[in-house]
Amino acid sequence: MTDLKRQIVEQLNLQHVKPEDIGDDQPLFVEGLGLDSIDALELIVLLQQQYNIKLNNAEDGPKVFQTVRTMADYIKKQQS
Amino acid sequence: MKTFIRATGNISPQETLGPGPLLQDLVIQTGNRLACIEPDYLKYIDIKFIRRMSRIIKMGTAAGMECLLEAGVKNPDAITMGTAYGCLEDTGVFLKKMLTQNEEMLTPTAFIQSTHNTIGAQIALLLQCHNYNNTFVHRGFSFESALLDAMMLLEENTVQTVLTGAADEITDASHAILSRFGLYKKEPIANTDLFASHTKGTIAGEGAAFFLLSNQPSATDYASLDAVYTFYKPAGIVEVEEHIAGLLEQQGLSLTDIDLVMEGNNGDATGDGIYYALDKTIFARHPKVYYKHLCGEYPTSTGFALWLAASIIKNKLLPFALGHSPSGDIKRILVYNHYENLHHSLMLLSAC
Amino acid sequence: MYTKSAAVYVAGVGVVSAIGNNTAACLQSLENGVAGIGPITSLDTIHKNSLPVAEVKLTNQELSEITGLPATVSRTALLGMKAAKEAWVDAGLSHLPALRTGLVSANSVGGMDKTESFFGSFIQDSQGGRLKNVVNHECGAVTELVADAVGIKHLVTTISTACSSSANSIFYGARLIKHNILDVVVAGGADALTKFTLNGFNTLQILDKEPCQPFDENRRGLNLGEGAGYVVLVSEAVAKKLKNNLYGRLSGYSNANDAHHQTASSPEGTGSYMAMRGALSLSGLEPKDISYINLHGTGTYNNDISEGTAIRRLFEPSYPKMSSTKSFTGHTLGASGGIEAVFSVLALKHGIIYPNLRLQTPMQALPFVPETVFQKNITVHHVLSNSFGFGGNCSSLIFSKL
Repeated sequence: MTDLKRQIVEQLNLQHVKPEDIGDDQPLFVEGLGLDSIDALELIVLLQQQYNIKLNNAEDGPKVFQTVRTMADYIKKQQS
Repeated sequence: MKTFIRATGNISPQETLGPGPLLQDLVIQTGNRLACIEPDYLKYIDIKFIRRMSRIIKMGTAAGMECLLEAGVKNPDAITMGTAYGCLEDTGVFLKKMLTQNEEMLTPTAFIQSTHNTIGAQIALLLQCHNYNNTFVHRGFSFESALLDAMMLLEENTVQTVLTGAADEITDASHAILSRFGLYKKEPIANTDLFASHTKGTIAGEGAAFFLLSNQPSATDYASLDAVYTFYKPAGIVEVEEHIAGLLEQQGLSLTDIDLVMEGNNGDATGDGIYYALDKTIFARHPKVYYKHLCGEYPTSTGFALWLAASIIKNKLLPFALGHSPSGDIKRILVYNHYENLHHSLMLLSAC
Repeated sequence: MYTKSAAVYVAGVGVVSAIGNNTAACLQSLENGVAGIGPITSLDTIHKNSLPVAEVKLTNQELSEITGLPATVSRTALLGMKAAKEAWVDAGLSHLPALRTGLVSANSVGGMDKTESFFGSFIQDSQGGRLKNVVNHECGAVTELVADAVGIKHLVTTISTACSSSANSIFYGARLIKHNILDVVVAGGADALTKFTLNGFNTLQILDKEPCQPFDENRRGLNLGEGAGYVVLVSEAVAKKLKNNLYGRLSGYSNANDAHHQTASSPEGTGSYMAMRGALSLSGLEPKDISYINLHGTGTYNNDISEGTAIRRLFEPSYPKMSSTKSFTGHTLGASGGIEAVFSVLALKHGIIYPNLRLQTPMQALPFVPETVFQKNITVHHVLSNSFGFGGNCSSLIFSKL
């Protein structure tokens, strides 16, 4: 998850956030990190570029991107 | 109904942002490309929003915010602005990725930030300003169109304050391309030596200049903006003189009412020929001042010119670095500029 | 000198879109329910077989032969010239001497279609790429190709506020007349399809892989289109010399900003509501006076619910007829306000209402349904045309019958 946090910070250009400051279970959207719909689209591309995973259903987005942990779990699941 | 310039915000290759002595020490840059002196953007924009903003958007937004701070206005009644090139950096980023990645794995941020109205829209978003919002994208008339839009709104009296501005940037790609058109000096030159060169070409510039315009006078007004007038592709010098004479007549003025002429000489021997011709005829007796050695040449440089002219009237004299002040008061300034002999514009300012 | 009550008339129209190469052809398609949406044929893109678009059925060579502009200039200029010239001829002003005439145009990405060809070579080598392909990259340069060809130079400018661009051009032109700066304004916009725009919208995942279904409960997104639409606006004094050729009056207009998000519209439709209400207020009309709304209606989930909500807030409990002609022409971006303004004044002139194609399931959240059948012999007094864009730029125009 450490790598994933770093990738998120880079992809979204989160200049004010250090990767280690993002909680594993911290909500990414709305509250917490305060990401929005454009960020969600950026994260979809991140999954493709870094992990070769294509999010089949865009509607799964909110579930997958809820926290760093849900993202990591999704990645692990897709890779197996 | 008069238009008052109540406040300004100007990011340029000189120290022009915020309060301070007017152009006390000129910043000298050598080469054919001037770069803006940029502020700490965190002073103007929350860090959460900055992450998505490219340089031109930060410059435009900060200049707009500084202007509003100076005016003491939280939410202008309208926002109008002009940009000839738009958001070049983002456009270039998205284009490059699209071509090198063969249209795969593209991300939206650069695309949505590349649209020309992004600066005006970003300011509205930060202020939560739901009012009239317009962006003009017409080359050397972009800023003048935005000014005209603002002046019409104020005359219509549906608004009292309009935030009006202009912004254009240089990127590595844009400079490389424009250089290939032969626009710039080939030999290294200091901006302060621009008018001594008499060779082909000018120096590239950039900047973001914003103004708070109002139809209500205030104690801190810089000047009154009496007229903005443009003309496209004049046939020759006689037609240029006719347009200038026509504007003055329309304003009930004669040439002797103008205390100072600000001209857009840019150091290019051919282009500057128009100004030299006017200096021999209608402007023969007028004190003159140039400005493009300070900001460089770009389609919306008249934003810088308006800032300078308004500041001179407010200060009541020329900054020493620009030459000796004329004897007598500087109550009325005529700014005349042309961009590549296509887009000619006149701005008339007077003391309030 | 500004005269608030000065009337501004529409004396000429010109349009080219995926459903017709001129006004008559577009009208025919609108009446026959023939949309112009289909597979990509003109762009060399990996999305060729997956994203339907609404292309104008004229090649650059054909446009060049019709307009007299070189075939090598930006397609945006070619389309713009086609429609602007039609409008200019339609207005029949050439016999009137010494009119102060302006061109206020709009587009979203200028000559990007040519820039794309240049940039590929340029990124390999900074001396690569043909300069000819970027000389008219700027939005304003494309406008000047048209201004120069039509012979307009008194005032020429270009607006770019995303999808509301040419609606803003039209009412900026009207205000120039009301301020007695111009007598005649050719106002509208043009946009050609480009890989840049296609890919850009695709990254936002708001493109429909099928022909779009605006205001349908199960809508999936928009189809990009291309084209150009211009109206010729004239002052009262000029109109008096042209009694036979007037389409109507531009009686109301307004520009407001949603200030919600860069690309998404607010759920309450704040900007849309303010733009429509502002236009009504200026025209002195009540919501019930509107005979027909030409919706912005892109077919995206977000726009249609936002626009629909704003309409509910403003018009309830009784709603005028309405439809999205983007179901015919696709979303023509910078040209959409202009094209739809032409369709709006044609509705006034001919007493017709356009259908909203492919509407199968009305949106559950809204208490009204767009028209699904073409109608004639309708008394159309006032038409409201909506154009809402990225950056929260929302504009509405009202055209009124004479």
